[in-house]
Amino acid sequence: MIEVKHLNKTFDGHNALTDISVQFPKDQTTVIVGPSGSGKSTLLRSLNFLERPESGIYQFDSDEIDLSQPISNKTILSIRRRTEMVFQGYNLFPHLSVLQNVMEGPIQVQKVKKAAAQQAAIDLLGKVGLAEKASVYPSQLSGGQAQRVAIARSLAMHPEYIFLDEPTSALDPELELEVLKVLLQIASEKQSMIIVTHNMAFAQQVANKIVFIEDGHVLYDGGSDAFFETDNQRIKDFISAMTFSNI
Amino acid sequence: MWHIIVTSTPQLIEAGLKYTIPISVISFILGLVLALVTALIRISTKKGAFWILKGIARFYVWLFRSTPLLVQLFIVYFGLPYLKIAGLFPNGIQMSPVTAGILTFSLNTGAYCAETIRGAILSIPNGQWEAAYSIGMTRTTVLRRIILPQAVRVSLPPLANSFIGLVKDTSLAASITIVEMFEVSQQIAAQNYQPLVMYCLVAALYAVVCTALSWLQGYLEKVTSRYVTTSN
Ligand SMILES: Nc1ncnc2c1ncn2[C@@H]1O[C@H](COP(=O)(O)OP(=O)(O)OP(=O)(O)O)[C@@H](O)[C@H]1O
Ligand SMILES: [Mg+2]
Repeated sequence: MIEVKHLNKTFDGHNALTDISVQFPKDQTTVIVGPSGSGKSTLLRSLNFLERPESGIYQFDSDEIDLSQPISNKTILSIRRRTEMVFQGYNLFPHLSVLQNVMEGPIQVQKVKKAAAQQAAIDLLGKVGLAEKASVYPSQLSGGQAQRVAIARSLAMHPEYIFLDEPTSALDPELELEVLKVLLQIASEKQSMIIVTHNMAFAQQVANKIVFIEDGHVLYDGGSDAFFETDNQRIKDFISAMTFSNI
Repeated sequence: MWHIIVTSTPQLIEAGLKYTIPISVISFILGLVLALVTALIRISTKKGAFWILKGIARFYVWLFRSTPLLVQLFIVYFGLPYLKIAGLFPNGIQMSPVTAGILTFSLNTGAYCAETIRGAILSIPNGQWEAAYSIGMTRTTVLRRIILPQAVRVSLPPLANSFIGLVKDTSLAASITIVEMFEVSQQIAAQNYQPLVMYCLVAALYAVVCTALSWLQGYLEKVTSRYVTTSN
């Protein structure tokens, strides 16, 4: 399990995250929601050290990292090798074919043999419905296809957790749906995931657990059903605003 | 006039093949290696004593971009023999004209190309670093597998500029007694009193070489841009 305790992160003296304590259970999907600028991305990116929190405890299973101390490259690498990140803008490698994008991590990082990596990549592309796109370059893909490749690329590493930062925000509703279907499928296979999303219908469907962040503080941390039935006026307003904007 | 062109062109081409082209090619290759090393040092995030290397890299680029190439050639070829260091170079640093030329041209083009490569690396979107880091790559692997291959494409046009510029700049080697193409044209002009014809002729030969290089650039751009679908 991943857990952070009393995590703080500032940008130029401005608090982006304040005293965050959250658990992200294994084999479950945790969805992070909250208004724009509330710190969702910063929290997610802190979990694989794309952002560096100033203080707090980061616990990954039995490994405990004190964020107020210097952290070695080795520690950061080991965390990154157990987790994967899927970005809003896909961030596929444009100079590599779709297949090579999926094979790159296993070959370069896990030292998997090329033939084995290729077979695994082909299987994963089939799983996200893109077997026939293996040899094209990312610039030739639609946004929905690109994001599914990015998901396949992360699955290829067999990560303990996948972090997804608004994976469908850049997509038209139709393309969004094809990505969400893949994510629901993966969630049903008990892949541990932490997803930041503005899509409340999807959140309700996929989440085992919801974390609501506002202005760098955790306002809600609990089950999905309770979140959508809450009496908290602030959360109610947020949900209705989000749901309305999704119509 | 045809007679002059027909008789002197082979001499010019010979000088080109013997000096202009080899000096250009060797200097550019050495310059590129130097440029890559310099660029990587300058973008390095290493701390500690590494700042000394970074300082040297910055100083080197500054020095060779802020002084005229002709002056650099003179310092290396005519000046360094007077740099007498007891024990190391008791008789000064003496070099053959070609060695001095290649050394100076390499250092000069290396300084410019270092900035080209550094700029190309910095132009690759941060998301590429983040995606590669998230996969668990080390910084070296990210550079080698993700950033540099993309930077090559970006830096090709300006690097080709530098190479073409270098080919033309080798005409300055005439001033340190290298008998390259331009020097030969001067010598022939001094004999036949046809400077206009001779200098236009040598200009045309430079243009031929540089045009060939532009074609090579176009070809390389095509090869390295297979993956980009651009508006053209
Ligand atoms: N690199 C940065 N430098 C300075 N400030 C930053 C940086 N990244 C984020 N911030 C600030 O930190 C706060 C949290 O930003 P963050 O991107 O985490 O919000 P978010 O919840 O992901 O928002 P959105 O829904 O718009 O993506 C914001 O006030 C933002 O302006
Ligand atoms: Mg965000």
